[in-house]
Amino acid sequence: MTEATTLPLEHALILSGILFALGLLGILARRNVLFVLMSIEIMMNAAALAFVAAGSRWHAADGQILFILILTLAASEASVGLALVLQIYRRFGTLDTDAAGELKG
Amino acid sequence: MYDLLYLVFAFPLAGFLVLAFARGRVGERLAAAIGVGSVGLSALLTAALAGQFLSHPPAGGAYTQTLWHWMSAGAFDVRFALRLDGLSLSMMGVITGVGFLIHLFAAWYMRGDEGYARFFSYMNLFVASMLFLVLGDSLLFLYLGWEGVGLCSYLLIGFWYKDPANGAAARKAFVVTRVGDTLFAIGLFLLFHSLGTLDIQQALSLAPQQFAPGSPTVTLITLLLLGGAVGKSAQLPLQTWLPDAMAGPTPVSALIHAATMVTAGVYLVARTHTLYELAPFSLHLVGGVGAVTLLLAGFSALVQTDIKRVLAYSTMSQIGYMFLAEGAGAFQPAIFHLMTHAFFKALLFLAAGAVILACHHEQDIFKMGGLRKKLPLAYACFLVGGGALAAFPYLTAGFYSKDEILWQAYASGHIGLFWAGLFGAFLTSIYTFRLIFIVFHGEYRGHGEVHAGHGLAYGLPLVVLLILSTFVGGMIHQPLSGVLPANPAEEGGALQQQVAALSGAVAIAGIALAGALFLGERRFVARLAQSAPGRWLSRWWFAAFGFDWLYDRLFVRPFLYVTRVNAADVFDLAVAGIATGLRALYRGSVRSENGRLRWYAASMAAGAVLVIAAVIYL
Repeated sequence: MTEATTLPLEHALILSGILFALGLLGILARRNVLFVLMSIEIMMNAAALAFVAAGSRWHAADGQILFILILTLAASEASVGLALVLQIYRRFGTLDTDAAGELKG
Repeated sequence: MYDLLYLVFAFPLAGFLVLAFARGRVGERLAAAIGVGSVGLSALLTAALAGQFLSHPPAGGAYTQTLWHWMSAGAFDVRFALRLDGLSLSMMGVITGVGFLIHLFAAWYMRGDEGYARFFSYMNLFVASMLFLVLGDSLLFLYLGWEGVGLCSYLLIGFWYKDPANGAAARKAFVVTRVGDTLFAIGLFLLFHSLGTLDIQQALSLAPQQFAPGSPTVTLITLLLLGGAVGKSAQLPLQTWLPDAMAGPTPVSALIHAATMVTAGVYLVARTHTLYELAPFSLHLVGGVGAVTLLLAGFSALVQTDIKRVLAYSTMSQIGYMFLAEGAGAFQPAIFHLMTHAFFKALLFLAAGAVILACHHEQDIFKMGGLRKKLPLAYACFLVGGGALAAFPYLTAGFYSKDEILWQAYASGHIGLFWAGLFGAFLTSIYTFRLIFIVFHGEYRGHGEVHAGHGLAYGLPLVVLLILSTFVGGMIHQPLSGVLPANPAEEGGALQQQVAALSGAVAIAGIALAGALFLGERRFVARLAQSAPGRWLSRWWFAAFGFDWLYDRLFVRPFLYVTRVNAADVFDLAVAGIATGLRALYRGSVRSENGRLRWYAASMAAGAVLVIAAVIYL
């Protein structure tokens, strides 16, 4: 890899930041649990992108290792999350997160 | 023998503890035995100590017993030490001797009172505190006793606490004397600051090296100490509490407000005489305060109608004599007058107590009258005690002490003090015999049968005090010469005879005038009191020159006004503000926990942004 073909780190970080913000906005704005789960996936991928970019910048393998870790995490999260979605739908008959807001002071 | 000294105050203290902790569970006889017995034991011990002291005086004329060290911080070292010298021995004799007789009388006077044991526990605590005051070798211990007697005075004035007026009188006495005590404490701080010690003997020996005569520091210290003394001894301008203090039982008035506690100021000035000799201005002020007080109190006593208030004003005026003597540099006559005054004033108060009980708690002298047949013992007591108070020549103890004071004032060149004292003596004999003539002569004007007291506890104290109030008491020699400075003037000589003759003549003239005015129909006095200036003067004198009115306007009302304005307590708002703020914070955080997932996520994001921003920019 030569310097010319490498993307500058800043561009990758800006993209990762935009993705993270989009995911966060999705969590805040969406009420459907499925969409919330998808937004979380986006945020995780944003973080993973930042790791890969940083790894490439410093020529270290850690970033790619962490990406694989995050990928695994995302898969397990998706399976647990989907199970929760199923339970929520069975219990409340809806996928609206606000309907499940029972824990309050 | 001397190492038993601590027992003198240990006995009454033990009596207080026993009676206080066994409260309500001891009968009258046992309470009287403990209360009177403990003081009796200390009186016996004092007598034995006095015998030892006079026959085998300790080295240097003083014996110091260090019981233990109280505290030691750097240069500040306070020993728990008692000092027996001529002055403290004289005071001890008065406190335990007269105190014992008054306790004995009180055992008769207070019988049937529901607070019998409580009364004796307070009285014992008083005697212990007073002994502490005169025996303490350090000004700090003197102050401890000083506050202790103040507390007992408060407790005993308000002894019959169910009447709110008594509680008010007790509070007044406490607060007014507290003003003086605060000045006293500041004086002690200043003394320690400049001398580095509160040990009396050390301070007195250091003072002449440390202070130039008349230096501002020593003047300020002595003025502050004088503030304490006038508060305790009811002198101008802190005298207003004493007449109200008569709300207490009569033995209390005899012990605390006549014989012992109110003379503590005289003792304090005598004890620290070295300081006063270095501050001539303060010493002049002592004499001036005494002279003015004795005249004001004398005028007030002329028009009082309450038997105990007459005696209270006369106490103020007699303590004025003691201050006057000290102002003239005659410390020994002052202490001598303190002792004779303790004898005859205790006698007068106890006899007044006998009269009051005989007349069913009547204290208005115009509702008595003609009592000399029914109460012969009380009449004899009043004649002898009143004679001593008026300084009837040669036969009474009061003559020897008062004449000595007048002579010293005259011979040391304090002519103003001398004339004030002489005129005061004239007033004294008028108001004393006005009281006697109104109470014991003429027709009985009260209601109900008069019944005289009887029994040993009634008769013995009166008879002993009666004997001590005659020339017998005047013969007692106090071993003061090593402790207090010599008198400013020589004894003897034709001039002293003339002064004695003059003061004797004044006393007899006063008695004769009182007889002319108050024996018989009293038409002239009635006409005098009815005239416009007479009405105005007697109202003014009756209110003791309106000091109560003045202090009420100057201090009490403004203070009450401030408290009313500040009823919500502005300063408290700051403290309460902490609680209010915390409660608001709690409400806010409770509202934030609303169960909405998206709200939580938003808060977390906002928080993360805040933290990152803080990390980056700070």
